[in-house]
Amino acid sequence: MTEGLVILLVIFVLAMFVGFEVVTKVPTTLHTPLMSGSNAISGITIIGSMVVAGMGATTLATIFGVIAVAFAMINVVGGYVVTDRMLQMFKRKREAER
Amino acid sequence: MAGFIALAYLIAASLFIIGLKRLAAPATARQGNFISAIGMLIAIVVTLFDRQILSFQWIVVGGVIGSAMGLWMARAVKMTAMPQMVGILNGFGGGASLLVAAAVWHRLIQPGAFLPVETAVSIYASTLIGGVTLSGSIVAAGKLQEVISGRPLLFRFQHALNLILCLSIGGMGTYMLISPGHPGVFIAMNVVALVLGVLVVIPIGGADMPVVICLLNSYSGLAAAMTGFVISNHGLIIGGALVGASGIILAQIMCRAMNRSFANVLFGGFGAEVAAVAVDRGLAAKGVRETTAEDAAVLLSYSRSVVVAPGYGLAVSQAQHQVRELADLLEKRGVTVKYAIHPVAGRMPGHMNVLLAEADVPYPQLLDMEQINPEFEWTDTVLVIGANDVVNPAARNAPASPIYGMPILDVDRARHIIVLKRSMNPGFAGIENELFYNEKTVMLFGDARKSLTRLIDEVKHV
Repeated sequence: MTEGLVILLVIFVLAMFVGFEVVTKVPTTLHTPLMSGSNAISGITIIGSMVVAGMGATTLATIFGVIAVAFAMINVVGGYVVTDRMLQMFKRKREAER
Repeated sequence: MAGFIALAYLIAASLFIIGLKRLAAPATARQGNFISAIGMLIAIVVTLFDRQILSFQWIVVGGVIGSAMGLWMARAVKMTAMPQMVGILNGFGGGASLLVAAAVWHRLIQPGAFLPVETAVSIYASTLIGGVTLSGSIVAAGKLQEVISGRPLLFRFQHALNLILCLSIGGMGTYMLISPGHPGVFIAMNVVALVLGVLVVIPIGGADMPVVICLLNSYSGLAAAMTGFVISNHGLIIGGALVGASGIILAQIMCRAMNRSFANVLFGGFGAEVAAVAVDRGLAAKGVRETTAEDAAVLLSYSRSVVVAPGYGLAVSQAQHQVRELADLLEKRGVTVKYAIHPVAGRMPGHMNVLLAEADVPYPQLLDMEQINPEFEWTDTVLVIGANDVVNPAARNAPASPIYGMPILDVDRARHIIVLKRSMNPGFAGIENELFYNEKTVMLFGDARKSLTRLIDEVKHV
């Protein structure tokens, strides 16, 4: 096992712990926005997708890359926008509409 | 330049964490989501400076198509359809990871290229988890949209078949480590993973969907993290790990709220076999007391305190606005109105909260199970809307019941209970609910939205 891989594993494990810590504090009320918001974060695959789509390795790799970019962008844009839509509905008091 | 890009990914990852932290309170949550989105924007922009990228045209094509579709989906989706939306988004995330890893694999098996074993392991992990997430999410979303039956689908030797498929993936994976250049085996391995994704979700019933959606959420993150290992990218690993952790925690919370283990949810096929559990004949013979909208309206209007206990039925009939309208009328008469939210009410964590927030119900009025349970004793009337198992006292006092031990809303401790229900068909799990036969309970049959509209009219005339 190379040193590079060990470093990646360290980052992965520590990030999982950070995730556990941070997410435990999110109240039940916000669990749906948490899911869609974290979903948008998993769209971080966009980074890999862009590299693969742009490096022009093989035709097949490029095709996969383009589809991956589209999928990941659906995840990113859809995730953030829908989360924002939900969160703007959470209000403490009833707004001026009445 | 490479160092600069790596630093930018670190900033992006930090912004994700800060964003998630801000999600801990409704007042800062929207800002948190925005911060997280900024992190993503930074990650995307700096990736454009990656030296490996030679041409941008295909990135732009995919990016524009994906953004447009994402934007359209996010704008068009109804709040009641949010579980399906999150389900399908999980699927896209998994699909992207699968494709990225597959593309890297294809590049590295070309003549002259070299695929180290470590990279191969992460490639296979990434495509397999991504594949299971993709097909599993499609099935889950189909079940939630009711394109596919929400009932658990069980057949003989199901678990044996799944085990064989897992073993065959393991076998093919090991073979591919030794000689990676076999497209046939690679495709076969991933097809099996896709089939496995379908098979693990179909035996799970609609009411257990919150757990499945959480797990798939977690998988989509783990798949992204594995892709991070494939291309040695810290940003991907951190982002993926955060999501992986988040999904696991939510799934755990859901399981605890149902007093069931992960294994029981995943392999149990809950709701398929309980028809065999004998319905208490004595209960059925007692019959239920049906009421009219007029009587129920009087009961509500002359209560001092009313607690609304919503369930999936509220989402199905999209009655959240009517609930708030009724609550407003009652509050004008001086009635205190609160909402009791069971953690697994609905089809995903927090489902009811989002629906009621859409109807402008202020979130401080929405109380968790632990907060509201002690209050039922002092509550005049509980209005149960389309909830069943989460208010079934059998969970407390019938050891033979499949839901025995599950924490429930103790609505039967209130002075009066009004149950809005479509018909006397047992709930999703097919379990008879003794609450309906309680002397304090009256039933108002019909579609929740229509019943509420009738109640609103009657309350106006009280």
